[in-house]
Order: sequence, then C-alpha cells, then structure tokens
Amino acid sequence: MAAQDTVTRAAATPDQPQPFAELGLTEPEYERIRQLLGRRPTDAELALYSVMWSEHCSYKSSKVHLRQFAEKAPRSDALLAGIGANAGVVDIGGGYAVTFKIESHNHPSYVEPHQGAATGVGGIVRDILAMGARPVAVMDALRFGPAGAGDTRRVLSGVVSGISFYGNCLGLPNIGGELAFDACYAGNPLVNALCVGVMRHGDLKLATADGPGNQVILLGSRTGPDGIGGASVLASATFGGPGDGHAAKRPSVQVGDPFLEKLLIECCLELYRDGLVTGVQDLGAAGVACATTELAAAGSGGMRVRLDAVPLRDPALGPPEILMSESQERMMAVVEPGNVPRFLSVCARWGVQATVIGEVTSTGRLEMTWQGDTVVDIPPGTAADEGPVYSRPLARPGWQDELAAADPAALPRPSGASGLRATLLSLLGSPGLADKTWVTEQYDRYVRGDTVLAMPEDGGLIRIDEETGLGVALATDGNGRYTLLDPYAGAQLALCEAYRNVAATGARPLAVTNCLNFGSPEDPAVMWQFAEAVRGLADGCAVLGVPVTGGNVSFYNQTGEAAIQPTPVIGVLGVHDDVRRRLSIGFTADGARIFLLGRTGAEFGGSAWAQVVHGHLGGRPPQVDFGAEQRLAQVLAAASGVACAAHDLSDGGLAVALAESCLRGGLGARVTLPGDVFTALFSESAARAIVAVRPGAETEFAQLCARYAVPAVDIGAVGGHQLEVTDTFVISLKELADVHGSALPAIFG
Amino acid sequence: MTARVGIITFPGSLDEAEAARAVRRAGGEPVPLWHDERDLRGADAVVLPGGFSYGDYLRCGAIARFAPVMAELTAAVPAGLPVLGICNGFQILCEAHLLPGALTRNAGLHFVSRDVRLRVENVRTPWTRAYAAGQEITVPLKSGDGAYAADEATLAALESGGQVLVRYLGNPNGSARDIAGVSNEAGNVAGLMPHPEYATSELTGPGCDGLGFFASAVSALVGA
Repeated sequence: MAAQDTVTRAAATPDQPQPFAELGLTEPEYERIRQLLGRRPTDAELALYSVMWSEHCSYKSSKVHLRQFAEKAPRSDALLAGIGANAGVVDIGGGYAVTFKIESHNHPSYVEPHQGAATGVGGIVRDILAMGARPVAVMDALRFGPAGAGDTRRVLSGVVSGISFYGNCLGLPNIGGELAFDACYAGNPLVNALCVGVMRHGDLKLATADGPGNQVILLGSRTGPDGIGGASVLASATFGGPGDGHAAKRPSVQVGDPFLEKLLIECCLELYRDGLVTGVQDLGAAGVACATTELAAAGSGGMRVRLDAVPLRDPALGPPEILMSESQERMMAVVEPGNVPRFLSVCARWGVQATVIGEVTSTGRLEMTWQGDTVVDIPPGTAADEGPVYSRPLARPGWQDELAAADPAALPRPSGASGLRATLLSLLGSPGLADKTWVTEQYDRYVRGDTVLAMPEDGGLIRIDEETGLGVALATDGNGRYTLLDPYAGAQLALCEAYRNVAATGARPLAVTNCLNFGSPEDPAVMWQFAEAVRGLADGCAVLGVPVTGGNVSFYNQTGEAAIQPTPVIGVLGVHDDVRRRLSIGFTADGARIFLLGRTGAEFGGSAWAQVVHGHLGGRPPQVDFGAEQRLAQVLAAASGVACAAHDLSDGGLAVALAESCLRGGLGARVTLPGDVFTALFSESAARAIVAVRPGAETEFAQLCARYAVPAVDIGAVGGHQLEVTDTFVISLKELADVHGSALPAIFG
Repeated sequence: MTARVGIITFPGSLDEAEAARAVRRAGGEPVPLWHDERDLRGADAVVLPGGFSYGDYLRCGAIARFAPVMAELTAAVPAGLPVLGICNGFQILCEAHLLPGALTRNAGLHFVSRDVRLRVENVRTPWTRAYAAGQEITVPLKSGDGAYAADEATLAALESGGQVLVRYLGNPNGSARDIAGVSNEAGNVAGLMPHPEYATSELTGPGCDGLGFFASAVSALVGA
C-alpha cells in the first residue's frame, strides 16, 4: 500500500502528478486549488474539492441564474428559512412551520433504477430531517422513455419498486406526483423526489458548527465504498452513447437501508426534543466532505476531524474514499460536550451507531487527521462557498423559430362525433394520461393517518392539526413539451399548474420549490433554455406572490448530443385552514351543476392531442395569465362551502378532466359545450377548472365567480353512468374505466 | 372503567399512532408498550401494529418475535388476553406460533395498497363481536407479504373450527381460500392482513368500517 499522502508530504512534493481530471476537475480548477492552498492538495483534499466543486454540489453553472429567485422574491412573511438552507421553511400559522424540498436522483436511477430511486427518497427525507422537522409525506415526479420500449419497463419497474420499498418502510405516505413518458427521457429518466416535514416554531435547526469545543458526532450507518464520486462523476457528466460502458459507473450508485433511516429519524427527533443538538447536517452528495465543510463554513469557522474515527464498513477505505463516500442513512451533529453522554444514550436506545469524530475550533481551518498525520488543512469556505462560478455561454437555438412555426393549427382535426369520441378514448388510453394505479398502488398512502387527499387527486393534502383541521396541500407539475417550445413560458406554465392544483383542493398557495432538469450546461442551447426557464420562474413567482424557498438543479441529462426536453418540475405548497372542507376531483353529488371556469382559446401547441394523435410538437404553448390564475385560486379557496368537487384543466383539456372526475366519483355527467366542440374539449388553455356545485347553491357560486371576475359557464350536470356531450357522443363509465385503467397494466404487467 | 389497550412499538413499527387513535375512537385508552421491556403495563388487551419491524430482515416478523415484550405476551395468551396483530403484527404472531400459518410474498410480487372488501366470517371472538355475521366491510390493505399460506390440514381445521375471521371478496394477493384474517383456537388471538385502524375516520380513510374490531375488544373488556 502506498504511503499516506499528508500535508507535509504534499508541501515536499509539489510536482507529483494528481488525477484531477479523473475526479471531474478542470485544469484551471485544479490550479485554483493549488493557489488557494499555496501548495498542491493532498489526495484527501483533492477528493474533497472535487466533490464540493462538482456541478451537483457547487451549482457552478447555475448560480448566476438562480440568484434571481432571491433578488426577485416577493415579500412574504411566511418564510422562516430560505434558499441556502437544507430546505425552505414556511410558517403556516397555529404555531406550525413546514419545510419542503424536491431533489433529483436521475442519473443513479438509470444506472440502477431500484436503488437509485430508493436512495433518492432517503436523501430528500434526511434534508427535511436536518431542518428539525418530522418528515410527514413524500411525492415523486417521474419521467421515462416511451412506455412501450423494453428499457422503459426495466427502468420504470425498478424506480417504482425502489420508491415503494424505501418510502413504505420509512412510514411516509406517498401522496402524489407525476408520471410522464417521452422518447427524450429514454436514456435519461427523471426521478424527482419531494418530501415535506412539520415542526413547531422554534424547532428550526441550523446547519452550523458553532462553539469551539463542541463535539462533532457522526451517527447512522457505517461508511462504506458505495457511491464514491456519485456527485462528481455520475451526476455531473453526460452519459455517452451506447457502448460507453455504464457498468464502470455502477459502483457510484449508493445502496439504501430504509429501516436504518427510520431509526435515524426517530432517534434525531428525540435528540432534538431533548435539546441535545446545537447544529445538524445530513450526509448526502459528497458525504463527510460536504457535511464537515458546510458545517464549519457556516459556524465558528474551524473544525478538527479524526478521519480514522469514522466507523467503516470496509477497513480498506482511506481518507479520500471516506470523504467522498455517499453511504446512506448518516447524519452529522454538533453537540455540547456536557450533552454527549445523553446524546449517545438516546442513540443507543434506537440502536443507532454514534461516534465522536471531532470538535469545533476557532482556527478558521478545517483540519483532518489520519493516524496522527494531518491529511486535510483548508479554509472550509473555499470548498463550501467559494467554488468556481461560471457564466456559461448561452445561445437561443437556431431551430427554435422553426419549432414555433410548426403550428398545430394545420393538423387535421377529428371529423364528426365519432372522431371526437375516438380522440377522447385515445387520449385516456395513452400512457401519459392513463390511470396511474399500477404505480400508485405500490405506495402506502395511508400511513400516519393524516392523508386527506392523495393521487389521483389534483394535489396531495396532509392534516397537520387534528383539532383545528390545519393542513398543507402539495402538487408538482412540469411539462417538457411546453418548455421546449418556450422555456420562459413553459416554466411559468408548470408553476401555474402546480399553483392551480393546490388551489383546487381549497388551499392557499404559499411557497415554491423546484427541480430543474436540463441537458449539458456546456451546450449553449441548453444553457439558454435554463436561463430562460429560471427567469420565467422567478418572474412568475414574483407576480403570484409565492417565493421560491429552495430547489435543486440537475444538469447533464443527455445521451450523447441529445438533451432531454428542458424540464423544470415545480412544487407548490399551500396551507389549508380546515382540511375537512377539502375539495376532491370526484363527481359524487347527483344533480350537481358543472361550471367551467376560465377562458378557452384554440391552444394546441405542445398539447396532449397533438402528441398522442399526431406525434406533433410545435407552435406556441398556452398563454400565461397570472392574474387569471390568482382570481381562479381565490374562487376555489372561497368555494368550499358551495362546491362539491373541483378539478383543474391541463393535459388533454376539458375532455380528460371530465372523464377523470366521473371515474373518480363513480357518477357520470351530461354537458353541453359552447362554441367549437373540438376546441372546447381538447384545448389546453391555462387558468381553467371545472367545479361541481352543490344543488341549490348555483346562484351563490355564480356570484362568487363574478366577484372575482372569473368567467364561469354552467355546462351541465352530474348524474347517470355515462359521460354525454350533447349532440356529440356518449361513453359509458365502464368503457371509460376500461380504456383508462387497462393501459399501464397492459404494458407493465 | 376504560379498557386499557397496549400497543407495542418495535424498531420499524409504523402504524402504532393510528392504532392508538382507533383505540381512542372506540372508547378505549391506548397504552404504549416498548419492545425491549418485559412489561405489558397492565394492559387488558394488546395490539401489534403494522410496519417493517427490524426492516423485515430475514423474514417478516422473524426477529420481532424474539423481542423481550413477546415473552410476556406469550405467557399471557393462555389466560385469555385478547391480542390483535395487524399486517406486520399478524406476521409476528405467525412467527411466534401464536397463530397458525404464514404470510408469503404477494402473488403479483408487488406491494399492494388498495381498499379491499372483506366479509366478516366469525363474530364470536373478542375482536369481531361488534359485527354481524357475514357483514361486508371496506378496509385498506397495504402490504408486500400478505398472501396467507398454510397446509391443507391446517386450512381445513381453520375452516371447521371457525378460525377464519375475515375473507377477501376478490383476492388481492393470492391468499389461500381468500383468507384475510384468522384467530387461534380459543379466539382471543387474532391476525388481520388489512388495516382496520385506517378505516376509523371518514376524513382520512375509506370510511369507518374498521372501528368494529376495536369496539369489540373495548366493550368486551368493560364487561359488556
């Protein structure tokens, strides 16, 4: 075995060649490290900088754009912690605060779908736990290649089983998310996991190492060789084309143990409750390297760590591997010396291994030793906060105009009543719009007993306070087709849809998280898409008055030269004052009148109709109208007394929404549509919803809509066991259910 | 007097809070029990809740059966202590040989989370007496290893001895003879794969059909 590289040795051997390129660092980045240290880095320091300065951890290509979220943020009294913390924290009243965040685990989920997706859930849950909150629910936004493709079966089945395995065993209800298919995701599936947690005001924990002399404790799993370089190699580089040898990257995927994470959650919550923790950080990407540098950089400025005290699963690991390992189910806590015995006894009660590995200092240096020798000695801020920042070149792609010119208005429309009927059935049976039960039935939605709404509802709704009925609603949305046509508008449409979905449950939208999935930032066209999407989202949040509280960027989602459609996935959180007054999408009240809210134009660019029927993607996405979205949300929030169901209109337009509401509630509907029937049924104009109004309350509801200047048309009534569009078609609920329900089982078994 | 219903938490238990709510909704007083203590704290009945005790390592329930609290429980069963195992709790009771048979991987090999229709077959036990014979109820099922299995002789004995408590209407997981729950010969120990505790509120469950299991025990204990 080669001699351990130490700081002394590094100073004495300045010219020793180092594998910086293999670790994902560029030559200028390597030179910068040498300048910062005044010598070459040790092997351990090189490992530490390589993961901390990776795209995944440093946001080096996205930082200059993401600043807008803070700069343009609307004033909000609800925000207790924002961007930069592990997750944003939002005041929801009643002495409660919630924290939520969405994060990608795209690359690992392609290489090893089951473990990749499982550890994605585990990672985001620890982020929430690190804020001091009890995690209470998860959601997943998933995108795959064409449903019928052989590899999609492997990837989707593995991802769903991984989420099911991990989330169910943790005891967190899965309350919603998305499932979409497109050829662009065949080699780059998107697995975005969201978690929400609850705490009382004052329980907020900060990721800082304060107070010299305080002890640094690593708790949870032993550190193993799994996931080494996950952040730098896997999540920050492009997969090559076929034959690139994915096998070589397999060890970069971590392996999860949800049972240990469940114990870690209960253990940490007890430690918080007993006041035994002064600072805490989860270990995710970049493991010990990230936790130590971030804690030290945010705190008193110094930390001394004995790397040889880290409990190992594999005794062959040395300092670089220990620093880079992404072994799951670990946390790092800063504890006052007097509290250490009680801290360790709580850990013992839960069977969680806990080891003192170092202490906080006032030196301003992050020092690490290995068997007595110093192997790391750096200013922690240089790794945590002062990494490279790139203003990458961006260029609107040449094909953008051509794409916009390919107007779907020229596409042939279904002729006559039978054509419209067949169109609805083909949309309902298409994988992206079909019943998702095959997936969601593998997730526990009931556990914890506070789930009020879950898929296939518009948003998930969790009760927080049993006495008052206070709760939170959550929805995630994104549409790569819209965003490809216009990244600025596409990001805003995703925001609007999530905002609308939360409002449709009767909740008030409060805050935003985002997971920005894009191709390679080194491609100016991708960088332009990214910049436009961020600008659109920041502008949209400012107008809607909902601040971005945090998020995640996933670059390098491309196979060879082919990038995915730009896919910002937006999560919106809302507060529900009384979940007992929630609105479901299901038609359950016989005789209830159905109102169509909002304006419908002939908007088919990027629509489900164009994609499913014609395989067409072109033109303009639907018009964004924030004022209309806000007024619609106000009506929905005020409507819970008079409405008995509400459903937002999005992919597939009114036709698909009506079918879904009928199937959910088990009752049919008879509607008469104004204007061109095709447009009325399949247009995807934004800022629209259908509301079923309690019999007798029609006038009151119409007045409510008028008060907020929301256009509302009575289009028919709930009843019977078929969906009937006057003078056009009749489809029995059974036929709708067969077509809608059989699509995914037919493909996935 | 209020019936005290003990609810055991094992490492990895998940459904103990909802089991406690169900006991409260049925008029009883939930008493938390810890796996590592040989103490039933004077409980008049005990519920083993669902979850993934010990991460389902080895086999579901195989490790939890050796927990110290299980020794106390096993000792109290011959005297008639009413015991209900739900999902993972059912698996633990089978592993502990307090109930016959075993729970195996679902027929479809996937976790199944679904509201299922059940028929209550035996209403003469402390856990089912609040139901009418043949009553049909809706209760959530959420499990990956829920297929009830036993040899033919055991199944025949269960049928003739009235030990089949509830049956699925439409078999969701490949359970032998559609069995969703069984009892021991004496009837005081019961196991259910579906989760009645999640069917005790209109707001968060598919209805309140599951309340009867808890109401049965609570009213029996108060000396109805």
